[in-house]
Amino acid sequence: MQTANDANKTRRGLLIRLIREFRKGTLEQSIDRIPYEMRPKDADASRCCIYKDRVVLKYRIMAMLGIAVEKETDESRQLSEYLRDANQRQQPDSDILSVLDVACSHCITSRYLITNACRGCFARPCTFACPKNAIAVINGQARIDYNLCIDCGKCTQVCPYHAIIRVPVPCEEACPVNAIRRDAATDRQYIDFDACTSCGKCMTACPFGAILERSQIIDVLNAIKNGEKVVAMVAPAIVGQFAGQLGQIASSLKKLGFARMVEVARGAEKTTEHEAAEFIERMHNNERLMTTSCCPAYVETVKRHVPELLPYVSSTRTPMQYTSEEIKNQDPSAITVFIGPCVAKRKEASEDLNTDYVMTFEELGAMLAAFEIDVASEPEIELEREVKAHARGFATSCGVSSAILVEMKNSHPEMEIPELKSEFINGLDKKAVKQLSLYAKGKLPGNFLEVMACEGGCVGGPCAIGKVTLATRAVKMLADKK
Amino acid sequence: MDKVQVKICVGTTCYVMGAADLQELERFLPDDLKDKVEISGSPCLGLCRDENYGSAPFVTVNGEAIANADVNSIIETIRKKLT
Ligand code: FES
Repeated sequence: MQTANDANKTRRGLLIRLIREFRKGTLEQSIDRIPYEMRPKDADASRCCIYKDRVVLKYRIMAMLGIAVEKETDESRQLSEYLRDANQRQQPDSDILSVLDVACSHCITSRYLITNACRGCFARPCTFACPKNAIAVINGQARIDYNLCIDCGKCTQVCPYHAIIRVPVPCEEACPVNAIRRDAATDRQYIDFDACTSCGKCMTACPFGAILERSQIIDVLNAIKNGEKVVAMVAPAIVGQFAGQLGQIASSLKKLGFARMVEVARGAEKTTEHEAAEFIERMHNNERLMTTSCCPAYVETVKRHVPELLPYVSSTRTPMQYTSEEIKNQDPSAITVFIGPCVAKRKEASEDLNTDYVMTFEELGAMLAAFEIDVASEPEIELEREVKAHARGFATSCGVSSAILVEMKNSHPEMEIPELKSEFINGLDKKAVKQLSLYAKGKLPGNFLEVMACEGGCVGGPCAIGKVTLATRAVKMLADKK
Repeated sequence: MDKVQVKICVGTTCYVMGAADLQELERFLPDDLKDKVEISGSPCLGLCRDENYGSAPFVTVNGEAIANADVNSIIETIRKKLT
């Protein structure tokens, strides 16, 4: 989840501005001026100068329009022209993240750094600890020869002054599958889309805000403006994202122009039913493990990096897919928009025929702000249908397992229920990805593995607004309600 | 002495622009302030619609509005009110 910082604030402020202009019908006239209005002549620059700030803002807006910044061929092309493209396109792009090279600070790749705290001491344990003899003391200061350094970090452990630090490249450090790398030839950071699982961790990690997500907000706004029946499918994690009750969120969404709000928790009920049945069947067939399938970043990780685990991944569809299907079955002309905290859902949706667009909580928040709708002041409207409480728990880590447990007990009382020995991976990082292959090999205990790519589960997603702790509490409160 | 009243706006604009992170303000208060302050949430204060006020999130301390509020600026204002 994002914590308050300038990069987030700028992005959110920009989104609000864009949507406000769209709403007033003046976006096309004003869009080219936005970078100048946000960084006028006498403003303080956040980067080296206001001119660079403006260029970065321009690219940010391009990404918000859903345009791939790296595909730009003509630098003089104006935002208003890109807006026209966006207004006319039928389908959003399927690659989701872009590295914005002008914003990227090209962080130094050397990983260990000797700081001024080094006193060039007499004992010099660093020189002994280094297995490659890469450290020498020159002019009273230890120095690392980076041609020899193998990045093992032993020196940091022995320095009595803690003078050796590790300087990471934040995006590379955050990526669980090493999909973001430096291209040696151009010295540019790039994303390898064959490896990328769209988890969005690099985006949250980069302190320069140089990783952009391609938005579909314009497509959603246009669909509403054109009078389409746009259905807002809100992820269970929505509870706790805004001050206010679910019924108030429903009426806020109506005010924004959505035809209705459907809780994805409804789909989660189906996922739970199927997954529980599948688990029972698999265990009766003496399989040793089943793992969840609802987190798209996790499923992509398995497909791309741990294929040996794939047979164990549940074949049950995700709550989003069930929900979209139900809506399209009722009304094929409806436009389905998933609203959640997740970047990877954009990828999942691009492969799911029933889900048309994906919006993030951050974008929904910006839309509400731009339309001057205050959720907590809205009247509460009655929800379309009560959802089983446990299905709402999907948004938090361990929520899926508890839902399945309840489901097995309730709907299969006559059957002999296999014991659920659940294990959890709460947040995918490099280490957890290694663990996954151990699970595939049967080297770790448990017969049910629940994996959430984001720490804390969906409530900790990269595009969430609310604090994880508070949002978790809010989700659990509803999920435990009987 | 009356407690200093801190109202954190939890209106949607403020929430999106960072008030979500101020929800745990109480934890960040220095010990000497803890029992001198009363923190509450407030629905939209209306300031987000007024261009003259600077940007969200807004917090009021004994009625004085702080724009672009963060933990530091709130604590600073509380101290000012206590002297
Ligand atoms: S939302 Fe805080 S002042 Fe309006």
